[in-house]
Formats: sequence, structure tokens, C-alpha cells
Amino acid sequence: MSLQSEVDIRDVSVRFGNVQVLEKLNLKIAPSEFIVLLGPSGCGKSTLLNAIAGLLDVSDGQMWIGGRNVTWEEPKDRGIAMVFQSYALYPRMSVKKNMSFGLEVAGTPRAEIEARVAEAAQMLKLTPLLERKPAALSGGQRQRVAIGRALVRKVGVYLFDEPLSNLDAQLRAELRVEIKRLHARLGATMIYVTHDQIEALTLADRIAVMQGGVIQQLAAPKDIYRRPVNRFVASFVGSPAMNFIAGRVEAGLFFHAGDYRIPLAGYAFAGAPAAGAATLGIRPEHVLAGHEAGPDAIAAKVEMVEPMGADTLIWSRLPDGASLSIRHAADAAVREGDTLPVSFPADALSVFDDTPAGARL
Amino acid sequence: MSGAAAMQTMSPPGDAGGPRSARPVRMTPARWGLYAFLAITAAFFLLPLWVMVVTSLKTMNEIRLGAIIAPPLAPTLEAWAKAWSSACTGLACDGIRVGFWNSVKILVPSVFISILVGSMTGYALSFWRVPGANVLFTAMMIVAFIPYQVFIYPLVRVFAFIGLGQSIATIVIVHTIFGLPTMTLLFRNYFSSLPIELFKAARIDGASFYQIFFRIMMPMATPMIVVAVILQVTGIWNDFILGLVFAGRENLPMTVQLNNIVASVQGEREYNVDMAATMLTALLPLVVYFGSGRWFVRGIAAGAVKG
Ligand SMILES: Nc1ncnc2c1ncn2[C@@H]1O[C@H](COP(=O)(O)OP(=O)(O)OP(=O)(O)O)[C@@H](O)[C@H]1O
Ligand SMILES: [Mg+2]
Repeated sequence: MSLQSEVDIRDVSVRFGNVQVLEKLNLKIAPSEFIVLLGPSGCGKSTLLNAIAGLLDVSDGQMWIGGRNVTWEEPKDRGIAMVFQSYALYPRMSVKKNMSFGLEVAGTPRAEIEARVAEAAQMLKLTPLLERKPAALSGGQRQRVAIGRALVRKVGVYLFDEPLSNLDAQLRAELRVEIKRLHARLGATMIYVTHDQIEALTLADRIAVMQGGVIQQLAAPKDIYRRPVNRFVASFVGSPAMNFIAGRVEAGLFFHAGDYRIPLAGYAFAGAPAAGAATLGIRPEHVLAGHEAGPDAIAAKVEMVEPMGADTLIWSRLPDGASLSIRHAADAAVREGDTLPVSFPADALSVFDDTPAGARL
Repeated sequence: MSGAAAMQTMSPPGDAGGPRSARPVRMTPARWGLYAFLAITAAFFLLPLWVMVVTSLKTMNEIRLGAIIAPPLAPTLEAWAKAWSSACTGLACDGIRVGFWNSVKILVPSVFISILVGSMTGYALSFWRVPGANVLFTAMMIVAFIPYQVFIYPLVRVFAFIGLGQSIATIVIVHTIFGLPTMTLLFRNYFSSLPIELFKAARIDGASFYQIFFRIMMPMATPMIVVAVILQVTGIWNDFILGLVFAGRENLPMTVQLNNIVASVQGEREYNVDMAATMLTALLPLVVYFGSGRWFVRGIAAGAVKG
């Protein structure tokens, strides 16, 4: 099991009637890469995945898989397998039959089918369940069968459309690890759709954050998290969400908001820094608070304290009225109504321009 | 089934204490009235059946006495035997069995083919999104509401034009055509209730149009198939006019034969034979209804719960 294919999506557009869902989308996925498509509901993730699978026709552009132009090929000839959110198991067939159906249809020799099903079942701990019908399985088991059905196809690209979103939190975490292990073992290319950012951050080699049918940023999880390219990516990834403070960038490298100034010396500007209206973004865990804040601290007013076990979340307000959430050590002796000195380390900041898209400066 | 439902509505809510025991039903005047009404209604609908059964078991001598509701003094199956094998339709005196076998010959292929074609059309319309599928479907539904008598004469002309005479094959084609809208609607709605991802998964597995239909969709549609069989068997068995027009003299279905027996009077009208022949003709739909009521309910409800 060491097939791995490159996937190259070139200027692909998908239209439903006169609704344009994807427009000239480009995405190049390296062999053996784990790509996560992340985005809000309705942004076109499933549409893109179905287009890759060949389950819907593209209105424009080309789809290359494993060095072949498969734009007009049938799903079965593309060298892909897919796992669906609703499992989509054949209800009248046993687990074994579910897994072997595709191979039977393709005319694979019996012995080969037996061997592949046994191997996949063993990998997914399904061996004792092979004779059961899907109705007699738990949700987690069903999804494992669905993954097994994809595995026996032995293809270069596996597509997952929100495979874990019907499961409860614990099972989800379990299967997430299993999928990651599977990827390490098979080395196949995987494209995984989710709107769960934990899944995205833990599984992906690279994440493609999508909005409105457009890939906003394609980068490693760390970069998506640390250096979001625009306000949408910044606000969509991370929980609790990044804080935004409206203000101005000023020459001499300060960010000016209300009556306080935040030094920007040390911030890696994308281009030459220009003065003007902008938005400052800082993640809750990057805010320095209390005695860590240093001499130039800003006084924030604490409004609410939420102990979360491992740490404490503090909701506060800056002098100009902007709200600021701070992730602080669990033992912080902070109470509502306190005044808390805070400061922002320049290398953890994100500064966005004031265009509607809010591109990173 | 309906009995169980009635039991539930009878017991007041919230008496969950203790093990379940049969609670005595208090007979209020209102309840007496209800039972009386139900009994009378049942009797009203059962009376004709009763008259038919007792008449068919009597001799003509006894019938001439005129007590049509009275049970037979000496029950005999003579009239049934005569109705089956020697009652006369016009000149031939072979009984209604000829019609029975004709009906069977029409029924079996008609039911099979109409369900096969209807289910496949429904499947294609709900999963394959052929261009113009909705227009096609709407047209089919509109046609379904036009009384089919309107089509008979044009069909006769068309069949004459293409050289399709009266025969079993012709009547099977006609039943298939007229069954198509209902069968398509039935199966299309059922297949539309199934998750589309099931179909997508089968496509990725490489199954063809027919493989998906026969190996995945039809096994899931068992309850719908039962409903379709019931509808088609009773509908086609009870058909009179289409059989009369399209089947040909040699292949007249049982309903037409029954009419001929009842209508052809030679000397005295044999009520007992007529009744027996009628009962024989009605037997198959009756058996189907009694034998499949449970399935019928299940099939109708099956659209609501995914299988
Ligand atoms: N068959 C269709 N006809 C018309 N519009 C469609 C069709 N399928 C999807 N769309 C539209 O395309 C857009 C993208 O849908 P898609 O299913 O790809 O979203 P998604 O990102 O997968 O969302 P979710 O996270 O909710 O699954 C949506 O706005 C949807 O309304
Ligand atoms: Mg989706």
C-alpha cells in the first residue's frame, strides 16, 4: 500500500445553474500530503471534493490526478476513494460485502478481494464485525467500515467529507488519531473536509482555508495560526477568537488606538509599513498580563473571569472600549472589576489594512 | 395493528405505576353507543358479502323461496363447481376458469414489467438528474390524472397503425403504460428519501447504472415493491375495459368473462352460479389484501424512516 498521487486543480469553476460556487480555483497537492479544506458552512468545500471525485461536472478548468488529466473521467477511473459524513454504507449488505462490493464490480479475483478486505479489517479492528449489517453497528464502527471500504480500493488519493462530524467528541478524537496513523502508514494523499479547526490543525500538513468558494490561505497549520493572511482567516481559526482592535498605524511604528499606543517595532510587515487606518489582531494567549506586562502596559478593566481548568480566560475592556480576551495562567488571582496591566508583544501581532477583506500588512 | 393503536388511545396517560394489567374498560352509555354504531356499520358493509356467500351455497330451489339473508339449509358447492368449470358465456360452456387463467397470463407479466419499468424510471429520475427530468416527471404526473378512457381510442388507432393486434402482449404493454405514472411516482419518492451519498458511494465503487439499481437500490426498496405489487395486482386484476379492448377474444380476462356469464341468461337466471363466479373473481384481490395488510402499512410508512 504505497500508492500516492499528486492532485492538481487548475482554474476549476463549478456552477449550479447561474450560481457560481467555485471560480477559477487552483490547488496543487503534493504526493502523500494531508490537505485539510477548512471553512464555514456553504463555502464550497464539499463541492470541491465532489468535483475532485468526479461526482459533479466542472464547468471550467482541469483536474489532474497522478499526472493524468481526469477532468472527464468516471469517478472509478480517477484513482480516488471517498468517505462520507453520513457513512453511506449499503444497508442490505454485511460489513464484508460493503467493503468488497467495489472490488467485485471491478472484477477483482476472489483471493485478492479476500486478502484486501482482511487487511483493511485488521487495520481498522473490524475483523469481528465482518458478518454484521450496518444497522447493528455503532456510529464509530460504521464510520470505520466506511473508511475500510475506501481503503480496499488501494488508490493514491483518499477524500474525506466531514467523516467525523456525526460522532460524539470522544469518538471523534479517537478516530482522528486513527486517521492520522493511517495516513502515516499508507503514505497516500489525503484531502479532508472539515469545519472543525481542531481536526484541521492536528491532521493537516497544509490547511486551505476557504470562504465563498475562494481559497483564502493555503499554508501549514502553524502559519495559518500565527500569520493569517487576512481578517477572515484570523477570525475563523482559533478559539476563543483573535482580538481585534481598530486604530491607526503611525509613522515611527506605533499602533494608535484611543489614547494609547502599541509599539510595532519588531513586527514583520509584509511590505513597507505605511501610515493609515488599520486593525490590530492579537490572540488571547499572546497577551502579556499582570507583572509580565512590563513598563508600557495598558490598563484593562476586567469584566469576567472564566476558569477553564488548565488556564483561565479573562474578558476585559481596553480604555477605548475595545474588548479583549486574555488567556492567563490558571492560578491568576484576578477578579471582576480589577484593573489589569496588559501589553502586546510585537512579534505575536497581526496587523490588517482597513479594506473589506482586511489583508495582512 | 389498529387494535393496538386503539388500546393505546383508550388507556389514560400516566398510569405507568406497577406491572401492566388489563384495566377493566368501563362501559359508559357513550361507549355502548359507539359499539352499536360500529356494529351497525360493519353489518351494513358485510351484508352484501353475506348474501353472496349464502346464495352461492344454496340450490336454485332454495333460492326461489326468497329468503335471501337466511343461511343455506343444505350447503352445497355445486354452484361453485359449475361457475368454475361449466357456466356458459354465450355459446361456450367452460366456466370462468378460462377467464381466470387468461387473467393470470395477463397479470404476471404486466405486474412484473410495470414495476420493473416504473421503479427504474423512478430511480433514474431521482438519482441520475437527466436533463429535463423535472419536466418529464411533471408531464407524467399530469397524464396520470387524465381519465384513461380518453386514451383508449387513440391507442387502438396507434396500435392498429403499427400493426399491433389484440393479444396478451398488447394488453401487457397497455397495463405497463398505464401503470407507469403511479409506479414512477411511488419509486421516485422513495428513492428521493434515501441519502444521495449512498448513490455517490456506489458510483465511486464503480457500479454501473444497472448495478446500482439491482444490487443496491432494489434490495432497499423491498417495502415499496410490496406496495407496488399490491397496487398493480389488484388494479390489473380488476381491470375490465382495457382487457376487453386490447386482449382479444381468446384472452378475455376474468372480469369480462364474469360479466358475460352474468349477462348471458339461458332460461332461468342462476343466482347461485352468478354469486359463486363473482366470489371466485374477487378472491385474488381479497387474498392479496388480507395476506399483505401488514406489509402495506409498513411500505406506506417506510418513506418516513430510512432503511
Ligand atoms: N445542487 C446544488 N444546486 C445549487 N446550489 C448548490 C448545490 N449544491 C450546493 N450548492 C450551493 O453551493 C454552495 C457550496 O455548497 P457546499 O455543499 O460545497 O458547501 P460546504 O462548504 O460543503 O458546506 P457544509 O460545511 O455545510 O457542508 C452552497 O451555497 C450551496 O447552497
Ligand atoms: Mg459539505
